[in-house]
Amino acid sequence: MKAFEYAAPRRESELAGLFSGRPGATAVLAGGTDLVGLMKKMIVAPDRVVNIKEIASLYGISADSAGVTVGAVTRLDEMLDSADLDAFPAVKQAIRGINSMQLQSQGTIGGELCQRPRCWYFRNGCGLPTELGRMVERGDNRYHAIFGNRGPAKYVSASRIAPALVALGASVRIVGPASGEAVEGPPKNGAPVAQDGNALGEAIMPLADFFVTPRAPHQGETVLDPDQIVTHIHIPRDEQIASATYEVRQSEGPEYPLAAAAAALRIEAGVVTEARIVLGQVAPVPWVSEAAAAAIVGQAVTPESARAAGEAAVARATPLSQNRYKVQLARVSVERAILQAAGLETGGF
Amino acid sequence: MNRDQLARIAVGDDERGGVSRRAFIKGSGAAAAATAIAQGAIVMADEAPTSTAVVGPEATAITMTVNGRQRTVSAEPRATLLEVLRTQLDLTGAKPVSSDGSSGASTVWLDEKPVSASTTLAIECEGKSVRTVETLGGVKPDPVVSAFAAHDAMQCGFCTPGFVVAVRAFLDKNPTASEDEIRAGLNGNLCRCGTYANVIAAALDVVKGGSNG
Repeated sequence: MKAFEYAAPRRESELAGLFSGRPGATAVLAGGTDLVGLMKKMIVAPDRVVNIKEIASLYGISADSAGVTVGAVTRLDEMLDSADLDAFPAVKQAIRGINSMQLQSQGTIGGELCQRPRCWYFRNGCGLPTELGRMVERGDNRYHAIFGNRGPAKYVSASRIAPALVALGASVRIVGPASGEAVEGPPKNGAPVAQDGNALGEAIMPLADFFVTPRAPHQGETVLDPDQIVTHIHIPRDEQIASATYEVRQSEGPEYPLAAAAAALRIEAGVVTEARIVLGQVAPVPWVSEAAAAAIVGQAVTPESARAAGEAAVARATPLSQNRYKVQLARVSVERAILQAAGLETGGF
Repeated sequence: MNRDQLARIAVGDDERGGVSRRAFIKGSGAAAAATAIAQGAIVMADEAPTSTAVVGPEATAITMTVNGRQRTVSAEPRATLLEVLRTQLDLTGAKPVSSDGSSGASTVWLDEKPVSASTTLAIECEGKSVRTVETLGGVKPDPVVSAFAAHDAMQCGFCTPGFVVAVRAFLDKNPTASEDEIRAGLNGNLCRCGTYANVIAAALDVVKGGSNG
C-alpha cells in the first residue's frame, strides 16, 4: 500500500476542506471491503484517504410516507435487519445474496454502489477501459459484458444491489465541491465557504442515471467526479409494487453472480400494468431492459409470460467470444425475478 | 458531474441531520432531475463548522479498546488492523490469508460486529472496541472452541481462528440456527483443507448443547 494521509470528518460540511480536486488524489473510505484490497494491490493509490463513516448524518435508515432514505455508510446487515425495508424484497434479497456475514456487517450501501468492477484485467492493473477493450475482446472474457459492450468498456457493473434499487426507482444524493456564487452571505467564522473555492454543493438524481459507461480512460463508472461522494439513497414507497432479485451464482460462497435481474412490477387485477426490469452483471451499468418490461406489461404473470419477457430481455445481446453462456443465464434471471416478484414458484434451485 | 451541476449548499449543517432529509426526499421524488436541484431548505448550525485534522502519512497514535483493555499504538494510516494486532499487540490469532478479506481468516469483532481485520485500517478503529479470538480461549474456553476441539474441526488450522469467531458471531445472532442456516451463515470463511463438515457439526453441537451462552 502506498503511504497516505488520513482524515475522518464528523460532519458533511467538513468534507469541503479535505478535497484537493486532483483526480485519484483522494479516496473515499466507507466499509473498506473493496477499497483496502485495491490499495494493497496499488490499483488505487491515493495521497489521502477520507473516512466518511464518522459522519453521523450519513448513517441510518429513516422512513416516512414518501419512502425510505438510507445513509451511505449504513451497513448492509442493518438494512437486512430493518423493518422499513421489508416493503422492498428485491433489495433484501440482493443483500442476502452477498452471502458473507463479514461483508454484510462491514460493507456499506454507498460503498456497494461505488465498488469498482471485478474485471480481472482491471484487478491485475490493466486499467479501465482504454486499450483494455481490445485485450478483453481477444482475451479471456468469460465474465464480461453481453450488453453495452461495443465501446472500450467490456467489464460488468459490480454492484449487486443497484439493479434492485434502479428497478424500484431509487434516487441518490451526491455532495461535492461546487463552483459558482455562494447561496448564502459571506463566510462566517472562517467557514470554508467560497474562500478557497471548496464550497459544497449537492445534486439529487435517479440512480439509473448515476452509472455511466466510460468511453475514455479518465472517465469513471459513475457520474461522480473526483471529490464527490454519495451521501444518501432514497427509495420511493409504493405499496402496489412487488419486487424481487434473482441471481445466478456458480457456488454457494460469496462470489459475484454470473447474471442477475431485478423486477419491480405493479400488478392490478392480476395484470402487470407497470414494470421495470434491470439486469445485473451483464453490462458496464445496471442494464434496464425496456424490451422485457414491454413484454410483461399487459400480461398476467405466468411461467409463459415470464419466459417471454426473459427472451425479450436477451434478444439483442451481443456476447463476446467466451460468454455466450451468459445470455441464457440472463434470460433465466429475468424470467425468475418476474415469477418471484409475483410470488410464483421460480423453478430451478 | 462537473462542479457547476452541483447546487451550492450551506456549510455549517448541524450535527444531527446534515442537509435535512426532508429536503432530500422532496428533491428526490418522481420528478427528480438528472441535473442539480436547487436547495431551499438549509439547516444552519449555531456554531461555526470545525475543520478536520489530517494525519499521516507518518505514524500517528491510535487508541482503541482491544479485548477490554485500552491500548495506544503508533502506526501509519495505511496499517491494517490485522497488522497492528499481530505485530504490535501480539494477538496473532487472526490470520493473514487473503489480502482482500475473502478468506474470513482475519475475522474479529469491531464494535461487536464481525469484520475482516485485513480490510480494516487500524486508524479507523480510533476510539472503537476490537475483540479478537483470544477472548474465547483461556482456562475455560468458549463452547465454540471446545466444540471445534471435540469435532476435530480443523486440519492445518490456519483458517480456524477466523471460523471460531465467525461461528461465535453467527450463533450470537442466531442462537437456534439450523444446519442450513449455519452453512449459509459461514459462507464468508474459506478452508483450503475442506474441514467444513466438522466445522458445521461443531456449530450444530453448540446449538444443541444449549451451551450457546
